[in-house]
Amino acid sequence: MMEIGLNHYLVLSTILFAIGLVGVMRRKNLLLLFFATEILLNAVNVAFAAISHYYGDLTGQMFAFFVIAIAASEVAVGLGLLIVWYKRHGSIDLDALTTMKG
Amino acid sequence: MEKYLYIALFAPLVSSLFSALFTATPKKLFTGIVASLLIFTSFIASTILLVHILKGGEPIHVTMMTWMATGDLYIPFGFVVDQISVTMMMVVTLVSTVVHVYSIGYMDHDKGFNRFFSWLSAFVFSMMILVMSDNYAGLFIGWEGVGLCSWGLIGFWFHKESATWAANEAFIMNRIADLGMLIGLFLIYWNTGTLQYDGAFTAFHELPAATLTWIGIFLFIGAMGKSAQFPLHTWLADAMEGPTPVSALIHAATMVTAGVYLVIRSHELYSLIPHVGLFIASLGTFVAIFAASMALVNRDMKRIIAYSTLSQLGYMFAAAGLGAYWVALFHLMAHAGFKALLFLGAGNVMHAMHDELDPFKMGGLKKVMKWTWIMMVIGSLALAGVIPFAGFFSKDTILEAAYSGNHMVIYGVLLFTAGLTAFYSFRLVALIFHGEERYKLFGIHPHEAYRFMLWAMSPLLLIAIGAGVLQTPFFDMVEEALNAHEYHIAHGTALIMLVGTQMFVGLAILYAYKKYANSRVTVPDGTSKMENSFMYKLLINQYYIPYAYEEYFVKPYRELSEVFWTKVDLKIVDATVDGIAAIIYGTGEKTRKMQSGNLSTMLTWMVAGLIGLLLLAVVFGLAARYSDEILVFLSALGV
Amino acid sequence: MFEAVAFYLFAFLTIAMFFIVVTTSQALFALSALAAGMIFISAFFFILGADFLGAVQIIVYTGAVMALYAFGMMFFDTTRDVKEKQGNKYIIVGLSTLAAVLVVVIFAMPMVSGNIVALYPGIDGVGNTQEIGLVLFTKYLIPFELAAIMLLVAMVAGIVLAGKKMDLSITLMNEAEIEEEKNKKVLS
Repeated sequence: MMEIGLNHYLVLSTILFAIGLVGVMRRKNLLLLFFATEILLNAVNVAFAAISHYYGDLTGQMFAFFVIAIAASEVAVGLGLLIVWYKRHGSIDLDALTTMKG
Repeated sequence: MEKYLYIALFAPLVSSLFSALFTATPKKLFTGIVASLLIFTSFIASTILLVHILKGGEPIHVTMMTWMATGDLYIPFGFVVDQISVTMMMVVTLVSTVVHVYSIGYMDHDKGFNRFFSWLSAFVFSMMILVMSDNYAGLFIGWEGVGLCSWGLIGFWFHKESATWAANEAFIMNRIADLGMLIGLFLIYWNTGTLQYDGAFTAFHELPAATLTWIGIFLFIGAMGKSAQFPLHTWLADAMEGPTPVSALIHAATMVTAGVYLVIRSHELYSLIPHVGLFIASLGTFVAIFAASMALVNRDMKRIIAYSTLSQLGYMFAAAGLGAYWVALFHLMAHAGFKALLFLGAGNVMHAMHDELDPFKMGGLKKVMKWTWIMMVIGSLALAGVIPFAGFFSKDTILEAAYSGNHMVIYGVLLFTAGLTAFYSFRLVALIFHGEERYKLFGIHPHEAYRFMLWAMSPLLLIAIGAGVLQTPFFDMVEEALNAHEYHIAHGTALIMLVGTQMFVGLAILYAYKKYANSRVTVPDGTSKMENSFMYKLLINQYYIPYAYEEYFVKPYRELSEVFWTKVDLKIVDATVDGIAAIIYGTGEKTRKMQSGNLSTMLTWMVAGLIGLLLLAVVFGLAARYSDEILVFLSALGV
Repeated sequence: MFEAVAFYLFAFLTIAMFFIVVTTSQALFALSALAAGMIFISAFFFILGADFLGAVQIIVYTGAVMALYAFGMMFFDTTRDVKEKQGNKYIIVGLSTLAAVLVVVIFAMPMVSGNIVALYPGIDGVGNTQEIGLVLFTKYLIPFELAAIMLLVAMVAGIVLAGKKMDLSITLMNEAEIEEEKNKKVLS
């Protein structure tokens, strides 16, 4: 097999990122949309860690660390908002929440 | 001395602005009184300046401020009081004062009393700027100003369609002529680099004759419009739609003489191009007889007097064209006096006859309106050129100038016109004041004008009677300024000419009286043989010239304007502007759909934008990395 | 050699899991697949020698975040299949592919990767956790503290948003009022 280099990890990260983008654009259920957002964040984390490893720099890992922290808080707040919305409108279908139309 | 100049110049402006405050309110007597007093002040100041000049004082130059100083063009607001301008100032202020006082009585019952005085004083101010300015640009400002004020005054009774039409005709015709004048001004500036009189006049001596000819022609075109020479003459007769004091001031004494003033002021130019001067003189002579012929049969009192003004303007241009500038100026002065007198007298008659204008419907008024009769007779005598009244001295000198220059055709025509003038002016007097009282058929009860109006007309009466004595002092005053010289004809010939002219005039007057002052005169009703003759029809329709203008100029132009409006303006210009607006609006409508409120769509747009930015990053990164190679490549392409 | 095998294996698994997340219509499957994907991502971190990061990934992501999502899923009515009214499939996939390609192109070009310089080089001889600790508490102290505050804020926000009757404060009311509240609830 080939020697695994930085490029491999970057390609992997890009593929994961693309999958995340597809999910973000495609999903109509808000909860599942959040899942796709998590995918995006994780893809980026992989890239950071790979770069950090191949250049011998710890900055990448620190960044990934903070990204995880931020993702966690984002989930908390996001779910809270989603709950409030659900209580008010009874559905989490994206196509139903077009109140900002126009 | 300068302060008198400023007083004379700005008192009418103050008067106009003061009266303008009250234009929306009903008649207030003090507007008229204050206006008249301020114009009178201007008159006093002009008199003081006249005395100064007469005593041999230097002409007064002031430069108030700079109007334009851009590049090589320098035009100041400058004013000069020299022999020529002080003469004009006297004429203008005197006649204006008389007219202002007269108007207090004439416009007595008019709703627009205050507005009238505002326009009238504004007119006087513009005229003062015209005559006192020391450069062609200032003259042009005054020129336009009097054009505007005459528009406002002719169309004073703007509810009348005919009045507004006449006002527009006057203004537009003047504008057409102003184009010629502007071209003349441009030529002057282009060739001499200055518009100041002294600068331009000295530079004229260096210019080739062809250029000077063009300048002279174009300036004269401007004068033709203002002084209603053929073919731009139709507006003067139609301008009688305005109130009579307006006709007296503007169309007898001041505005129409602005053209003559222009030629006189530019005498240094015209003396260098005598062939243009000959053309001017010929045209003036033609206009003299042309207008006199139309006045022979006209049935509108004010129009007859208007045609006589036109005719006398022809005389003035004839004199100026022949190089006798001082005679033209003198005739201008005298003419202002007796013509204004005639107009104001006609105003009295009009008021008495409840705005009736046909002299055939009057008659025998001398019993009721004694003073007006006396004044109009004296005015007509002066107009006809009977010794010893004012007109004789000026007209006769013009005839002498023509004779001594060997312009026999001009002399003959002018002589014949003098006879015609006497005929039609006394025809008018006879029809109005003598004979049967035909007005009784129409149930009109005339009465004499107010006392103070008659008193106001008296200075003009004095001029009409006695202006002849002023000829010699006038000559002395302007001798140097206008290169004046007296015309010496052999004594015997001169005597024959004098007697002959007087006899001719006297015969004409008697003939007029015989025909029109008897009791057999009736109101013509279109059936008599004379009325159906070709000559009569030609003359009473003003040689069908207004008809020709309407048919061949106005109508096609109106249609052309319509075409331009519907086809070009609406379809092209408006469509373009609307199109641009529609495009923007449409784009907005379409892009509004982006705001669908749907999160998925927005996220998709976000990714699309992300891609756009990434592309930009790639492109600019490449450009930055390979910038040197790109430069080499582009220079190879020749950019 | 092991590295290559592990890499390809986990890469394949991760991609498969995440693919399921974005394409399945059942929320439960998506949740499970996401959790699995997270674990495999942490495998990558271990391969890359970022031990601490890998452990944190498992604990925080798979543990806390997925638990949150699980609770959230229990809250919403997930038995109902959400109708996926498709936007244009081709646009979506096309855009994503394009984005991916562009990113790869950017990073693959020598100019970017040639200019990277190590700022905080790793220290040899100590384990990864110690290395991270050394950098975290010296150079990245401020972001660390700020992250802590941010987590606190997020926690409070989550409680406020999701809690019931958040306008009442039981600790501040006396006994009588608490009884009154309870009775009210019973009666309504």
